[in-house]
Amino acid sequence: MNQTPAFLTYSRNDIIKFAVLMVVAFAVIPSMIKADYWYSSILIPWLCLALAAIGQQFVMGYAGQLALGAAGFMAAGAFACFNIELRMPWMPFPGALILSGLIAAAFGVLFGLPSLRVRGIYLMVATLASQFFIVWMIDKFGWFKNYDTSGIITAQDIEIFGRTFTSPLEMYLVVAVVVTIMTILAINMTRGSVGRNWMAVRDMDIAAESMGISLLRTKLQAFALSAFYCGVAGALFAFTYLKSLEPVAFDIKLSLQILFMVILGGLGTINGAFIGAAFILLFPVVLNSIGNAWFHGMIDATMISAIEQVVFGALIIIFLIYEPLGMAKLWENLKQRLSRKTPERPARAQQQKAVG
Amino acid sequence: MTELLFFFEVVLAGMLAGTMYSLVALGFVLIYKASSTFNFAQGAMVFFAVLSFVGFMELGLPFAAAFIVTILLMGLVGYATERLVLEPLMNQNEDTLLMATIGLAFVLQGLAQAVWGVEVRRLDLGIGDFPITWIADNLGLFVSALDVTAGVVAAVLIILLALLFKYTKVGLGLRAVADDPGAAASIGIPLKSIMLMVWTAAGIVALVAGMMWGARAGVQFALVDLALKALPVLIIGGFSSIPGAIVGGLIIGVVEKTLEVYVGPYFGGGIEGWAPYVLAIFFLLYRPEGLFGEKIIRRV
Repeated sequence: MNQTPAFLTYSRNDIIKFAVLMVVAFAVIPSMIKADYWYSSILIPWLCLALAAIGQQFVMGYAGQLALGAAGFMAAGAFACFNIELRMPWMPFPGALILSGLIAAAFGVLFGLPSLRVRGIYLMVATLASQFFIVWMIDKFGWFKNYDTSGIITAQDIEIFGRTFTSPLEMYLVVAVVVTIMTILAINMTRGSVGRNWMAVRDMDIAAESMGISLLRTKLQAFALSAFYCGVAGALFAFTYLKSLEPVAFDIKLSLQILFMVILGGLGTINGAFIGAAFILLFPVVLNSIGNAWFHGMIDATMISAIEQVVFGALIIIFLIYEPLGMAKLWENLKQRLSRKTPERPARAQQQKAVG
Repeated sequence: MTELLFFFEVVLAGMLAGTMYSLVALGFVLIYKASSTFNFAQGAMVFFAVLSFVGFMELGLPFAAAFIVTILLMGLVGYATERLVLEPLMNQNEDTLLMATIGLAFVLQGLAQAVWGVEVRRLDLGIGDFPITWIADNLGLFVSALDVTAGVVAAVLIILLALLFKYTKVGLGLRAVADDPGAAASIGIPLKSIMLMVWTAAGIVALVAGMMWGARAGVQFALVDLALKALPVLIIGGFSSIPGAIVGGLIIGVVEKTLEVYVGPYFGGGIEGWAPYVLAIFFLLYRPEGLFGEKIIRRV
């Protein structure tokens, strides 16, 4: 048996890319960016939503199960984290995060059960049940909200081994560490046997089954891991971005947004989750500033949100028609074209000369 | 005695409210039957149609003219969808088409809001949403006139559609297309005009459903979320069955109303929000094809 440690099987290129990313995330960004706005309104929500989008990728992009309940699992994770911090104050934040992910994963398995019988829109409706049920449950049973009647609960401070993380930069670092670890795990899983099984089930479940892949195991695994990622993402989202806990923040709109991130970013890719999340998050910001700069506030917020919906919807259709693999594929194509250009140019020039 | 009467009232109210879900589900079934596309955008079409209708009325068009203009507009939407979305995605798998219609839903609801604005509009159909006095006096039941109208309108629409499917040449062509689009096209059935008809019919159904709902709750964005409940209706009734849409709607209406009235108070209400979906899950586990649907057979 060949037992090379997994990290040694990465190519040099992978490792260099990883090192560069780490330097950018933990050295360049913290030292270059001073404005809190960037951390609390762009980077933190981006990383949180990208993490949820990775969860959605597992179940939809890799395992091919059309699920539409990511926000429900995020809500489960967020409120689980709140209650753990509330009732077990000694628990360090990372422990609380893992536990909330596990609780969300339990819901994921429960609501993933229908996937064993149905697919497509049938499954989508079944997962919508999780979306509506979880949010309703949290809203109606006072215990989850610690009998708070105002509806908006302030999230506790993040405390890791006695040190509290409160400033936007510190919170960004916490989120970035969690997202980094979970992304590495996600890449490993999707490259390894777990991901291969998912993809086999996605491409033809009956064939996969006849090759000895257990559909039960594979699908529930996808739902559990997806919900785990969404749960952790939800907890981070509530504790570092919203800084409050309210069930309404996790409505079906958020689920649809996460679905869009995955479709636009590129189904079945991890970078697609990051690209898609960045696009869905930044586009409204850009649109808003264009509206302010060019039309001096003549376009109101409702108009901008309407335009946003049209553009997202149209982009979904356009991508499905012209580039089903999403923005991640566009990015790959661009990279390939750029790296090929230099050696190819002389050859092409000669050809043209010959033709002319 | 009064308790029994109250129970009947609840069930009846549930059935009548259910017909509103049926109306949305009906539009969905039409498109699914003709093109095997799960049209997620049906709810957005309801919103788009009724908002446009109210908008045209605000522009000064009389009721009938606004109705006709909106129907033409829905035909145009159907044509554009067919040409720009479904044709380029021909022969793609069902999930891709479903995702495309999710995109379409966003385009439609965004367009409607961009053109007509987002404020809640009142829609006065001249039918009050209050108990009919005659029934209340003689039978002791409180039944809303609007609910009854919705029930009657739904029944008429269904009968019309059933007749259209069964006895007209267009209906025959439609069934042929539904059965095998390739074969239908090869014997000279005009696929495109059939599809246009289907989308227009779905648009009309959407408009009627929207008017009924709009008259009750105001014409507003929440209609889109309400229309989502047509999905569990379809799962219970079966995606390709018109009677299924009706029965499914009635079941959902009755179940959610009775649960809300009898169980809801113990949990602070709001069961209506998820009960239809959970009911749909149970149906999926025991009868995935729905009550009237065709059995799903898949091969490698």
